[in-house]
Amino acid sequence: MIAFDNVAYSYGGAELLSEVSLRLTPGSFHFLTGPSGAGKSTFLKLCYAELLPTAGQVTIFDREVRSLDRDEVARMRRRVGVVHQDCQFLDHLPIAANVTLPLAVSGRDTGAQDLADLLGWVGLGHLADALPPSLSGGERQRAAVARAVITSPDIVLADEPTGNLDWEMSLRLLTLLVELNRMGKTILIATHDLNLIRTAKQQVAARVLRIKDRRIQLAGADL
Amino acid sequence: MTFRDILADLTTPDRHAARVVPPSGHTAWLTSFTAGAMTFLAVFALALSLASGRLADRWSEALARTATIRISAPADQQAAQTQAVLDLLATTPGIASARALTDEEQRALLEPWFGPDLPLDSLPVPRLVELTETGDGYDGEGLRQRLAAEAPGALLDDHTRWRQPLATAASRLRLLGTVSLLLILAAMAAMITLAANAALAANAQVIRVLRLVGARDVYIARAFVRRFTLRALGGAAAGTVAGMLGILLLPSADAAGGFLTGLGFQGAGWLLPLLLPPLAALVAFFATRLAAFRKLNELT
Ligand SMILES: Nc1ncnc2c1ncn2[C@@H]1O[C@H](COP(=O)(O)OP(=O)(O)O)[C@@H](O)[C@H]1O
Ligand SMILES: [Mg+2]
Repeated sequence: MIAFDNVAYSYGGAELLSEVSLRLTPGSFHFLTGPSGAGKSTFLKLCYAELLPTAGQVTIFDREVRSLDRDEVARMRRRVGVVHQDCQFLDHLPIAANVTLPLAVSGRDTGAQDLADLLGWVGLGHLADALPPSLSGGERQRAAVARAVITSPDIVLADEPTGNLDWEMSLRLLTLLVELNRMGKTILIATHDLNLIRTAKQQVAARVLRIKDRRIQLAGADL
Repeated sequence: MTFRDILADLTTPDRHAARVVPPSGHTAWLTSFTAGAMTFLAVFALALSLASGRLADRWSEALARTATIRISAPADQQAAQTQAVLDLLATTPGIASARALTDEEQRALLEPWFGPDLPLDSLPVPRLVELTETGDGYDGEGLRQRLAAEAPGALLDDHTRWRQPLATAASRLRLLGTVSLLLILAAMAAMITLAANAALAANAQVIRVLRLVGARDVYIARAFVRRFTLRALGGAAAGTVAGMLGILLLPSADAAGGFLTGLGFQGAGWLLPLLLPPLAALVAFFATRLAAFRKLNELT
């Protein structure tokens, strides 16, 4: 699904990530951990070509990201649901329209019932018509998760999706992602919530990637 | 990019695509206003261009084919010299016809200046002979020399001497009108590009989000293009109506017989300004599209 081959990235100064080589196989479930500022968000951005590697190759759906033209990047992103750390909503559109945005821009239709079900699951049924700026941080994150999964994408990349959520709601979102994984979707969650990782490991064969000293390694079974 | 694509971009009932870009408040009004004002000016530039074109054609064609011979001789010789001139003209190659104006005709010519009860008989008014040339024309210098020999009081006035600069000026005016029209359209394109760039910059975050959720460039561009094209079309339609009304209400200058005679649209010419709103929309369409794609290319 996603392969990194000797990838390095720097925002202009020193390298933030170096010699990253890894593979996310179809249907796998990964967590990505590391201290704040380690480069978790940067890694996710490399996955869906918001950033291009300064060295090495990133391959997604068997295509090297540099070889994709702009329309191909757009089509690739339709198959990847991303929960951005800063959510990235259109502030002038209500939550319902924001959540269905990935469908709208690709000319697909939204089943009204599907939308209601999804919003209900993330606990936002009553906020469908609210504007994003009026939501709390946790509500925004849940809406972001709903938007990431509404297209039933092949890959879900979630950047600290439970950062502002209470434990109960975190578990609900985890259940949603686990369900998607059981349907065969590839999941990658950046988080430093160790409880969440432990809980997930009881439900799926989740593996943990850890950023340390600019490298990304598979963590041992101790976690 | 075919015309059908353009129409599809504008008429697709894709209200969502239009809504993903937030409404832009007063700048929307500015675009319509600019398009309206520019089109208003364009109507006059078009009218000027058409009118001066007609004027240039009329002056250089119709009037260059006729000439006048003025015979100022002492009263007792005038009839003889007039006859001599007519005889001479009858044998001059390149002259289709020639005739002396009657007293009534001469009086009619002078009336605007001297009033209706002019005592033509008692004034030393020269006799006028009007001649029409054939398609090939005649040798003006040769005719002048023969006239000097046979009728010393006769003077050839071939109009072109003073009409020529006017005809040239009129065709220059047509050129200026056309150039103005093009400049107006170019200025409109420039202003719409500026407005579109401002709108694109103001909505950088919106564009970013749309790209992130998988919107293709055409989808994003369409939201802007559609908006600016429709605004330009609306403004230009208003500007055209106002401009055409202005020309319609111009006082008719026919009576005065002066330069302004034709400044207006004639017949099918009234249809030409109706092309301006679609033209303005087309200009806006391509200006916005170009600006949008240029901006989008800066994003990953
Ligand atoms: N656009 C950017 N320009 C320059 N530096 C950046 C940019 N984005 C992030 N960084 C820096 O890169 C480092 C890693 O950021 P990030 O990937 O967001 O880390 P994490 O998500 O693990 O907290 C941080 O030190 C951050 O300041
Ligand atoms: Mg981060």
